[in-house]
Amino acid sequence: MQSLIVPNPVGGEMMVRIEHIHKTFNPGSVNERPVFADFGLTICKGEFVSVIGSNGSGKTTLLNLLCGTVPQDAGTVEVAGRNVDRQRDHQRAAFIGRVFQDPAKGTCANLTILENMALADNKGRAYGLRPGVNGRRMNAYRAALEPLGLGLENQLHLTVGSLSGGQRQALALLLCTMTPIDLLILDEHTAALDPRSSETVMELTDRVVREKKLTTLMVTHNLRYAMSYGDRLVMMHQGRAVLDVTGSGRDAYAVEDLVRMFGEISIEMGN
Amino acid sequence: MDIFVRLLINVMEEGLIYGIMAMGVLITYSVLHFPDLSVDGTFPLGACVTAALITAGVHPVLALCISFVCGGAAGSVTGFLHVRLKISDLLSGILVMTALWSVNLAVLGGRAVAPFFNQPTVFNSGLPMLLPEALRPRRVLIILAVITLIVKLLLDLYYKTQSGLLLRATGDNAQYVVSQGVSPGRMKVTGLMLGNGLTALSGSVLAQQAQSASVSSGTGIVVMGLASVIIGTSLLRGLRFVRPTTMALTGCVLYKACLVAAMQMGLPTNYLKMLMAALFIAALVTGNVLDGRRGARAKLDRT
Ligand SMILES: Nc1ncnc2c1ncn2[C@@H]1O[C@H](COP(=O)(O)OP(=O)(O)O)[C@@H](O)[C@H]1O
Ligand SMILES: [Mg+2]
Repeated sequence: MQSLIVPNPVGGEMMVRIEHIHKTFNPGSVNERPVFADFGLTICKGEFVSVIGSNGSGKTTLLNLLCGTVPQDAGTVEVAGRNVDRQRDHQRAAFIGRVFQDPAKGTCANLTILENMALADNKGRAYGLRPGVNGRRMNAYRAALEPLGLGLENQLHLTVGSLSGGQRQALALLLCTMTPIDLLILDEHTAALDPRSSETVMELTDRVVREKKLTTLMVTHNLRYAMSYGDRLVMMHQGRAVLDVTGSGRDAYAVEDLVRMFGEISIEMGN
Repeated sequence: MDIFVRLLINVMEEGLIYGIMAMGVLITYSVLHFPDLSVDGTFPLGACVTAALITAGVHPVLALCISFVCGGAAGSVTGFLHVRLKISDLLSGILVMTALWSVNLAVLGGRAVAPFFNQPTVFNSGLPMLLPEALRPRRVLIILAVITLIVKLLLDLYYKTQSGLLLRATGDNAQYVVSQGVSPGRMKVTGLMLGNGLTALSGSVLAQQAQSASVSSGTGIVVMGLASVIIGTSLLRGLRFVRPTTMALTGCVLYKACLVAAMQMGLPTNYLKMLMAALFIAALVTGNVLDGRRGARAKLDRT
């Protein structure tokens, strides 16, 4: 299949620059698994990029490389002009927010909604012996929860473990965007939810991204979300971006076209 | 009747002394899910440091504080081995426990036991001497209750601080701690320092009460601590407003009560360790059964 890489016409300030990335898992063993060979991707400030792709094409690995969860073998990763190659995952978390596929990962089940929010609110500062919850911020927390429309603002003292997956995911999104971030990363964050919660969380995501003008990289399994949300679409296959279209370029494709392309790469994969 | 009261006081005293240690184990085991074996070494460390300090004329309250700091330092070594050198949690604890045996002997100047009778301790000097005459005979129990209560209240307060919340998050969801820009490894070290600090403090209190320190006083501390925490949490978990520290203390008193009861019913001392292990197993199994039931119910609730 021929690659369709359309040069990015948006231009403007760069937020993410990934260059010449090489990554092989378990090199030299029988389980050797090359994922990226000279992979590159740039994202402009304020861009909302949707990524789709075949299973095992390296989508999650791409996000892990960005967040510092796995190291690259070669190449550089730059976020907001700083080279982050030497930064550990928790250091990068200061300016990268991430929502995971598993709703349990983005929140802390044993703590209350209030305590979760208080911790996220303090990100970037020291966690010392001051009271964990600042009473003066309560109204701000309520105000932040209200637009979710889930009634969480009246249940601040509820432990997060008793919330549904959709509620937890909505909260997780809120938590990781409470403090200013340069980049929001969403890894199939609606995949584990039922269709209705999935819809709610996706709409919420769109609203938050627009309101805060966040640069966003969203991996999704849902072709419709990939088409209707975001302003750039990337299709990955075997560690390469086989389609990369922006704005008007994207409108030339109907969902059916993508389904067909998706089908082709999936067949190539033999699944 | 009189003997019953005496036994009861005995159980309470021991429960309060070792209860401080149980609250330390609560942090490492229940909050961080870290089975920390180094407490077998940090408990006598607190006792030995106290003996050395008091013999050298240091104020008994200061000896309590220094013991806490020494325990914390030992805990930071366990944390360093595990977090930085990537040695497994069990092994890190065993290594520190082993090394501390030599440290403790060195602290006591090569002796295995160091009595310091007729020296000031928190039980026979300072404020306690102001107790009314009528309460004097219950002095030890009262002072123990005060010390343990202070520790418990401070720990309850700590759990509500920013650092305390993050510590609780670490055991629950390390990724969440990463997302807040903090390394979970650092929080683990913090928890191990606190847990071992409390364990050494507990050893210091025991030494001052017995007016003697022994390098072998740490044998079985892990089992006692874990059993206390597990007994306390399995029995009281259903009650919503009981704090975990209260559960650990209650568990410790109950554990001691079981041992004393068994001895009174004529169990030969040789079988004590066997009974300790049996109690521990019973607590674990009860905990698992209750967990299983709760897990099943939680699953039903969610669907
Ligand atoms: N930690 C890892 N260890 C070994 N192999 C891995 C690891 N993470 C991912 N892989 C492999 O790398 C490939 C790409 O995985 P991933 O990025 O998760 O794909 P995707 O998210 O696009 O489905 C897969 O073949 C996967 O098995
Ligand atoms: Mg994936």
